[in-house]
Amino acid sequence: MFSRTYRAVITLPPVTWVAMFLLVPYILMFCYSFWSVSSLQVIVHSCSLANYRELLSKSVYLQTLFRSMWIAARVTLFSLLLGYPLAYYVSFQSGKRKDLLYQLVIIPLWVSYLVRAYAWKTVLGSDGVLNTLLQYIHVSQHPLGFLLYSPFAVVLTLTHIYTPFTFLPIYASLERIPRNLIEASHDLGASSWQTFRTVILPLSVPGVLAGATFAFVLSLGDFLAPLLLGGPSGIMISNIVVSLFGAAYNWPLGAAISFCMLAIVVGLLFFSERLEKKWSFR
Amino acid sequence: MKQSRPLAWYAALVFAFLYLPIIILIVYSFNGQGVGGFPPRDLTLKWYRLLFSDGAIWDSVWNSLLVAAAAVAIALLFGIPAALALDRAEFPGKTLFRRIVLLPLILPGIITGLSLLMLFREAGVNLSLITIILVHGTALISVATTEIFAGLQKFERAQEEASLDLGANYWQTFRRVTLPNLRLSIIGAALLIFTLSMDEIAVSFFLIGRANTLPLEIWGRLRRGITPEINAISTIIFVFSLCAIVAWYRLRMRSESGQEITDELLRSAKL
Repeated sequence: MFSRTYRAVITLPPVTWVAMFLLVPYILMFCYSFWSVSSLQVIVHSCSLANYRELLSKSVYLQTLFRSMWIAARVTLFSLLLGYPLAYYVSFQSGKRKDLLYQLVIIPLWVSYLVRAYAWKTVLGSDGVLNTLLQYIHVSQHPLGFLLYSPFAVVLTLTHIYTPFTFLPIYASLERIPRNLIEASHDLGASSWQTFRTVILPLSVPGVLAGATFAFVLSLGDFLAPLLLGGPSGIMISNIVVSLFGAAYNWPLGAAISFCMLAIVVGLLFFSERLEKKWSFR
Repeated sequence: MKQSRPLAWYAALVFAFLYLPIIILIVYSFNGQGVGGFPPRDLTLKWYRLLFSDGAIWDSVWNSLLVAAAAVAIALLFGIPAALALDRAEFPGKTLFRRIVLLPLILPGIITGLSLLMLFREAGVNLSLITIILVHGTALISVATTEIFAGLQKFERAQEEASLDLGANYWQTFRRVTLPNLRLSIIGAALLIFTLSMDEIAVSFFLIGRANTLPLEIWGRLRRGITPEINAISTIIFVFSLCAIVAWYRLRMRSESGQEITDELLRSAKL
């Protein structure tokens, strides 16, 4: 029913725009990763694998990458531990308040990242709310130094930020479970725990996978929380990239690291999508 | 289903974890003695007074409003045809197109920010608010596309067919049939895009010229030392985001079930 012209008019402008401002830049990043910087700080457009060789030969890059993955893994785990029971509660047991509670979870999703990270800074600092509270009620005499400027602060803040992100797909998968399956399980004599383990949990695996992927991918590439709350021991891989694009002025090396991150992220997305398909019941 | 008390308590604790930092932030925006210190004392409005006479903050607020409004325009300008194209046109690379449109939402901001920085550098474009607008608009086409695509799935194509059969041309049909049917999706998308653009920092971080957006202005101050004035502006940002999201949610509830809203939020945040 739609003519060729109509289809061309709706297709060409967005495709051209997206190619120009998304596809080309991602490809350009790939090209940059093979270039280099001369001693006069000019970017040389000749290709070599030198940047990737440097990444593999200097331990600081791999170490920081592994530390970032370890931080991201902890954020993922804690977000699931907080997000799953919450989703289960809102979906199955919240009764009349379901709508309100659901809104309460999605509100933080859209509240400024910066506001939330800043809130933790004021809570965790050595004159912060938590430390002064602990001294006020005589739990500790001195401010606890490990609270701020540590990997702990980064993990805590990112968990706070990404818990609603993991909640959402898990909640969606729980809502999709036909309620009569659960009734059937109870009628056949299964306990609540057995029903959870053999019916609900397997059916919610796709949601868990999607939530875990979100939390891991987004926290892996974070650089603002480490800058604000991480201190020297909380540096993540993106912080190295930021300094390579700033003071250290080695864009090609920074592009090589970014491209590795991009590859890891896209690989993970692909992998989790395959797994989700395998586990989905429809 | 049987209610479980421990689970209810656990859920309450998670809510406390999600909201306590924000509540503390708000309380201390009225604290005369600075951003920390327990208990809060000397309740005062002086940080808000200071904030209202702070020219640099208000400049950045205007910049952010401008950027967000322009980003909404760009994202809708390309997002509406993109959703139509995904719905009703076959073209080579369609799957690739869909995935690339959605990438900026799921990729860490640093990757999108830096790749665009390299593009602007190679093209010899100076960084300014215009580049920020371009980038926000482009990255948020994803939100416009997913919201409007979801809206398209729900309305009867027969209405468009009837309009065409009755002699209206494509443009008239689009303007008088398609667009009015998509009204709620478009308003919803605009609200989300506006809020997301106002708050965006990870991508803009690399592309900012001389004029700051609000989040980057706050970021700059955080690095110089913190005062409850930042709590005050954060409180205001929180209240505005809250209103925008509640408005969006109400709007969606008028046309959809809760399940569909969840699916939509998911689509807007996922490949």
